[in-house]
Amino acid sequence: MACRGPGRRAKWPRRQVEARGGDGLAGIRNSAGREAGAAPRASCETGVDGQTLHIVAAGDWSIVHLDPVDRQLRALLAAPPAARRAEIDFAAIDRFDTAGACVLARTAALLRDRGLTVDLKNMSEAQRILIDKIDAGGIPEPVRHLSEPLYIQVTARVGEAVRAIGEEAMGMLGFVGAVVTTIGRTIVHPRRLRVVPFMHHMEKAGFDALPLVCLLTFLIGAVVAQQGAVQLRQFGAEVFTVNLIAIIFLREVGLLLTAIIVAGRSGSAFTAEIGSMKMREEIDAMRTLGLDPMDMLVVPRVLALIVALPLLTFVANIMGLIGGGVVAQIMLDMSPGVYIQRVQEAVGFWTFGVGIVKAPFMAATIALVGCRAGMSVTGSAESVGAQTTRSVVRSIFLVIVLDALFAMFFTAVDI
Amino acid sequence: MRNGEPIIEVEGLVTRFGDNVIHENLDLTVKRGEVIGIVGGSGTGKSVLLRTILGLKKPDAGRIRVFGLDLAEMPEQERRVHERRWGVLFQDGALFSSLTVAQNIQVPYREHLQLSQALMDELAAVKIAMVGLKPEAAGLYPSELSGGMRKRAGLARALALDPEILFLDEPTAGLDPIGAAAFDELIEDLKETLGLTVFMVTHDLDTLYATCDRIAVLAEKRVILIGTIDDMLLSRHAWVHEYFHGPRARAAFAGK
Repeated sequence: MACRGPGRRAKWPRRQVEARGGDGLAGIRNSAGREAGAAPRASCETGVDGQTLHIVAAGDWSIVHLDPVDRQLRALLAAPPAARRAEIDFAAIDRFDTAGACVLARTAALLRDRGLTVDLKNMSEAQRILIDKIDAGGIPEPVRHLSEPLYIQVTARVGEAVRAIGEEAMGMLGFVGAVVTTIGRTIVHPRRLRVVPFMHHMEKAGFDALPLVCLLTFLIGAVVAQQGAVQLRQFGAEVFTVNLIAIIFLREVGLLLTAIIVAGRSGSAFTAEIGSMKMREEIDAMRTLGLDPMDMLVVPRVLALIVALPLLTFVANIMGLIGGGVVAQIMLDMSPGVYIQRVQEAVGFWTFGVGIVKAPFMAATIALVGCRAGMSVTGSAESVGAQTTRSVVRSIFLVIVLDALFAMFFTAVDI
Repeated sequence: MRNGEPIIEVEGLVTRFGDNVIHENLDLTVKRGEVIGIVGGSGTGKSVLLRTILGLKKPDAGRIRVFGLDLAEMPEQERRVHERRWGVLFQDGALFSSLTVAQNIQVPYREHLQLSQALMDELAAVKIAMVGLKPEAAGLYPSELSGGMRKRAGLARALALDPEILFLDEPTAGLDPIGAAAFDELIEDLKETLGLTVFMVTHDLDTLYATCDRIAVLAEKRVILIGTIDDMLLSRHAWVHEYFHGPRARAAFAGK
């Protein structure tokens, strides 16, 4: 298949390789219909004749078929034959592109480095231009992918993570401080509060979340009641299902569920909204117009969520109790009137109070984490996505940690 | 195929978005080996034309032949093969943001060819040098590059497989004058050395003067005029006249 000029045959002992690409590659040119009577694959004959190393390139030296001859030439250079001169013959090359030029130019350069004089023979004008173009840039050092040993990578990642946590904690602390001072100023000068955005976020984070919160808490209430009834029945204590559902919902589950739903729904929305504004330099534009993004963007969101989350939690508690009531009716034959009375007996004010008192703190946490993540978005759209994920993960984590801390506190004060 | 033969033929192209007709019976022929510049006012569908030729948008009527082949009629597999014969530089480079510059350039190699990593690294380095980026740029991520560098890196990726046609969408928009002039020279240079056909959507009068062999003017939903700069200057069409005789055009022309 390789083009061998009759005159060049058998003058020196010869090693020859013909490139045979995979079938997929072979198909490319045929179906592409480039040049009828398709050119033969790239081939390369090398041989030593006295003091001269001959390299005869032939066939299609375009990138598609280049790999085998590249390997061959690399192998040749790894163990170079003893010679003073080298000749690279271009005459039999049918197609040539930058990749082919790159391989031959590199071969020539490396041979020169070894002290050989290199002749490039029978180049066409176009081939010369290409080779010159690549030589002009110098044969660049191939791009290296440096990788450190594993133990350094592991140490580095641990160190990086610790440093990032510290930095994030400091950043968050600073952000909380900035928001608190801005809220303080808003209290002193109530006119600074942006009422329209505040109402808007109340609607979006609070009112619009109602269907989801109601449905989920209703279902969870029903499931908890059902499971409780099944277990408690074994002791003949199924009437206490009501105590179980009322206490667990009012103290913990109602709030936790709502907070997690809101973190996923509104915390992420805060990050994405503020983040995309940051990305489009809208926040910088605000600053140049003398507007404070804290006033405009952060404080309305934080305050809106602080108001909205306790309200949502209240609704969630009611829905959970209704869910439990439905199950009680079905499984325990307990009429709604009796159910309500039993709930009244089971819970005191502080059962409800404990749940609802935690809500504003959770709300502030979710809103602050969300807004702060939005503010730390950098130029790319990718970072909006990354920060949104981070904001949701972080706020759910913090909500649960906060809940645990509150549990310890309320135990300590005996409520 | 020899220089001067048609390489892109658009016949009777109609594209619309809903009721909004962008192109109506648009005809355009691009010859092999030329640099053609597409100009037109905002909203005349320059980029849409480019995307339609690339097959990113389906024409509502008409025929598009590239390399003498109707790509839209082809089976997916075969069309892919031909799509490797062109390179596209999108407006902001459209580099894959999770990959370094070198990895971006190597994407077509990895996807379509079986090459050793060493050869791919070397080729990436050559392409990077070819578009005038510093070797250090190879390991950087797109977000770490300036706009001009992103365009050059995008061009390096477009050139990865030594395409026959290079499509450029506003290649000099957003570059400083020095960078834009360097880009013009680069295109000229690549056309000379690689024998490329270049299809360029541009607004940059300097680029039009410096690099384009022919210019096609899009207006009234079709190509109203195609020819050299001199043809443009002689045209009596109001928009063309204003475009090529306006103060900015005079300044660009005076520099030649």
